[in-house]
Amino acid sequence: MVHGAEAVRGQAGGHGHGEGGGSRRDFLILATTAVGAVGAASVLWPFIDQMNPSADVLALSTVEVDLSPIAVGQAITVKWRGKPVFIRHRTEEEIQAARSVQLGELRDPEADEARAQRPEWLITVGVCTHLGCIPLGQKATDPKGDYGGWFCPCHGSHYDTSGRIRRGPAPQNLVVPDYVYASDTVVRIGEVGPAGGAAA
Amino acid sequence: MSAPVFRNPVVRWIDYRLPVFTFLNHELNEYPTPRNLSYWWNFGSLAGIMLVTMIVTGIVLAMHYTPHTDYAFESVERIMRDVNYGWLIRYLHMNGASMFFIITFIHMFRGLYYGSYKAPRELLWILGVVILLIMMATAFMGYVLPWGQMSFWGATVITNLFSAIPFVGENVVSWLWGGFAVDNPTLNRFYSLHYLLPFVLVGVVVLHLIALHRFGSNNPLGIDTKGPQDTLPFHPYYTAKDMFGLGVFLIFYALVVFFAPNLFGEPDNYTPANPLATPAHIVPEWYFLPFYAILRAVPNKLGGVVLMFAAIFVLFILPWLDRSPVRSARFRPIYKIFFWILVVDCVVLGVVGANPPEGTWVVIGRIATIWYFLHFIVLLPLLSRLERPRPLPVSISQPVLSGGGYAPAPARAMDKA
Repeated sequence: MVHGAEAVRGQAGGHGHGEGGGSRRDFLILATTAVGAVGAASVLWPFIDQMNPSADVLALSTVEVDLSPIAVGQAITVKWRGKPVFIRHRTEEEIQAARSVQLGELRDPEADEARAQRPEWLITVGVCTHLGCIPLGQKATDPKGDYGGWFCPCHGSHYDTSGRIRRGPAPQNLVVPDYVYASDTVVRIGEVGPAGGAAA
Repeated sequence: MSAPVFRNPVVRWIDYRLPVFTFLNHELNEYPTPRNLSYWWNFGSLAGIMLVTMIVTGIVLAMHYTPHTDYAFESVERIMRDVNYGWLIRYLHMNGASMFFIITFIHMFRGLYYGSYKAPRELLWILGVVILLIMMATAFMGYVLPWGQMSFWGATVITNLFSAIPFVGENVVSWLWGGFAVDNPTLNRFYSLHYLLPFVLVGVVVLHLIALHRFGSNNPLGIDTKGPQDTLPFHPYYTAKDMFGLGVFLIFYALVVFFAPNLFGEPDNYTPANPLATPAHIVPEWYFLPFYAILRAVPNKLGGVVLMFAAIFVLFILPWLDRSPVRSARFRPIYKIFFWILVVDCVVLGVVGANPPEGTWVVIGRIATIWYFLHFIVLLPLLSRLERPRPLPVSISQPVLSGGGYAPAPARAMDKA
């Protein structure tokens, strides 16, 4: 007990006194705080990371689509990572329209050849690059915009037959996802090809 | 205490209008605390830290859990396998419940040993018993959520306790279930209440703290502080002491979470709930075992239930059962012996609760149950009259400082390196 009281008295009197004592205390406070900060950060990280996509969500990151029932001029929408993916079986005129455009006219210049591995199949993520609405143009009765592709009803963005932005507020072309042809009629969306990307 | 002057002008501006900084300074910084508190006084702040830990990990688990009989078990397994660090957060929460109870039980036995429930701290103690009751309800409902075999059958057994109520028992139980057995409606309401009750707990803890700060902490001598020579400011003395204790506790907590995460659990709870087959040997979580033993000690349904609840409710009237004016067992030679017998008795009850109700376990359980109530209802009132306590010191500082005491403020400079 007496010893404990001595220690307390020493501590209380230690403030601001003694050469060397002050700097040792500063060092201890600094070192303790640093270790504490590292510890707090390492505890914090699991609580942040738990909100990132979990392993089972990431495992659903590819989807296989059978293309054989889709007629020329027809389009289908499939769900991939919770988002719609547009697959359009383009007509010869649509391919021509997409390939004859001067790249200089485009807001987000990209050649159609770089956007479609096989010219007759255009595969894009069906989410407007403006604020995330789903553009119209998949159904035969839908408005397709002034360039024969898609038209976003939310804020009036027009996309062409290559899914490139031509008019309206959207800044970029419809995103082309990674995909590979598993066979002549089956495409696997979400898988990175051996060439690494969607280059034709 | 005069209002402190804050150097930071923003703090001063806010504090003038909203005196939170004055409040914090008063309650956490200058708050005069008996200078002789031992490490047994760490467990209050540890319990508070565990409550916060449980709420934080629980909110995170709720982001990934599905309260439906068809999905609950799998959503918990998904947390364990697929959610980033889900295993860690679930094990922190699951073992956190055990840690919370270990800390709370030590905290309560500390109160029993040093007479912290005596005047003027009766309400402080009663609020503590309320906290224990809410903790038990919360822990029970939380254990149901993973929807394993023990979850389901634990829920069935515990809710069936209420069927012992005369006349309306069956109606009460089906009201609790929302059906004719523990099923999806039961799981849904338990989930809702399991999320709600911790916040009720926070409210009661605040009341507990207000009552504590009215007269300050009790201390190992059990005598009142008589002036500044008997106290130390809470900061830095007890903030540092609490932090050190927290560090030691966290080592223990981390050892369990990382190396023996299922130490306190039952393997049966990793089998999905099956309403058509009861496991061979069902036991509640360890922190309920003493009460479970009392329940089974009575060969009568209603009697067992009543006695089990009485085991907790007797704590509410404890301040009026123990009339001895001396708080600390340090000066109560006979009470000290009976205190340790009670500790052993509670451990024995826990062991009995973990074993099947057969043979000698039944006898031991009955003796231990009788002793538990004998201690509170007969021995304590008797001791207050018959026991001759040892003389109390004049003040906290007197036995330490024969020179008559001194205040910490004008202390000498430390001259030793």
